[in-house]
Amino acid sequence: MHALDFDYMLGLVPILLSYLPLTLEMAAAGMACALVLACLLAVIRVTRIPGLNAFALLFISFFRGTPLLVQLFLFYYGLPQVLSFLVAINGISATILGLTLHFSAYMAESIRAAIVGIDRSQTEAALSIGMTRAQLMRRIVLPQATRVATPTLMNYFIDMIKSTSLAFTLGVTELMGATQKEAASSFLYFEAFLVVAVIYWIVVEALSWVQKWLEKRLNRAYQR
Amino acid sequence: MIELKGIRKQFGDHVVFDDIDLTLERGEIIVIVGPSGTGKSTLLRCINFLETPDAGHLTVGDLNLDTTHATREQILALRRRTAFVFQNYALFANKTALQNVAEGMIVVDRVPKAKAYARAREILERIGLADKADAYPASLSGGQQQRVGIGRAMAANADVILFDEPTSSLDPQWVEEVLGLMKQLAAEHQTMIVVTHEMQFAREVADRVVFMDQGRIIEQAPPAELFSQPKDERTQQFLRKILAANVG
Repeated sequence: MHALDFDYMLGLVPILLSYLPLTLEMAAAGMACALVLACLLAVIRVTRIPGLNAFALLFISFFRGTPLLVQLFLFYYGLPQVLSFLVAINGISATILGLTLHFSAYMAESIRAAIVGIDRSQTEAALSIGMTRAQLMRRIVLPQATRVATPTLMNYFIDMIKSTSLAFTLGVTELMGATQKEAASSFLYFEAFLVVAVIYWIVVEALSWVQKWLEKRLNRAYQR
Repeated sequence: MIELKGIRKQFGDHVVFDDIDLTLERGEIIVIVGPSGTGKSTLLRCINFLETPDAGHLTVGDLNLDTTHATREQILALRRRTAFVFQNYALFANKTALQNVAEGMIVVDRVPKAKAYARAREILERIGLADKADAYPASLSGGQQQRVGIGRAMAANADVILFDEPTSSLDPQWVEEVLGLMKQLAAEHQTMIVVTHEMQFAREVADRVVFMDQGRIIEQAPPAELFSQPKDERTQQFLRKILAANVG
């Protein structure tokens, strides 16, 4: 056993932090795409559009039923062998694609539950003034469902940030990949991974504060 | 003019009503009364297709439709010509009072936003809630919410406003302000059909009172006539019961 090398750890912080933007960018891109896809899937599930509903069910079942790591390998190493136009896919794109598909499956179910939970009178009121189904979804139901689903969606976002660390298995030098490299050259594995753990932890904590602020804001309309 | 002809509605095997005819002139105010569960609300909901009638024809203004073959466009057109006030207010929870009133104008009638909000402010002024423009429904009293609900219906500029028991969910202290607003609309000759248990309101405001029982229109007459000389046995019974309850 050796004492912790604090100087090494302190020196590592700025090096690792320079890779944080890439981690956050992948998570933000994944989240943005996943939200759009999840909303589409949820609306398909709620309105039971024939054909598409079956596809949505299959999609959700597959991406919830298989590990994210398997999906990432499938997209990065597997698919280009079958679909030649995917040969150009780089690790970052493959990670964003994997995160999008994987998390949209989970998020779709949360959003669906939130939509179904909105009081029927809201729908009736919107119909009564002559709105189309699409209008009432966009203007009335989805905004209200967003509020209900936000805490859960924020949890998925936090999970997604941490899951970007799997990108290093696709050869992407992001936060985790950089730590791995640093540790391999210094042999100070404990110090290096402790530093990266704390960085992830602080990012997630900061996000929890954002979450609290966001929930408060979204609840404003519903306060007595 | 509004005309219902041969309207039928059934839920599964249960026929709520069959072959209902009802005609309203422009500016006429009709109050529908009757025991609970006789299909008054369902009839009202059929008029703007919140429930799809199983048979019959509907005419509202220049729109005439066969309810069994109504197209999507016809249903939307019908809903633009009719406005609905709900028992439970049903204000859009994510919108302020002002936005609730303006929403239909902006989304359905495609009125430019600035104009729609100006008009919505006028309406809030008329319903006495100008100071609550930016309040969300959750922070309003029941009476205030229902007045916004009526304001939303006014904004639709519909041929007829349908009121489905507008005061039944209200605490007693808010009933008067809502009925007061409805009387104000009546004085302006807003065409309306009101389902209610407020007999005093019917007496004061209605041009015609329609008594429904077990899915049928039993009789209809001006309030003075219907309340003092009801012809049908069932009307007499109903009035005896409800007037006794109101006194007690």
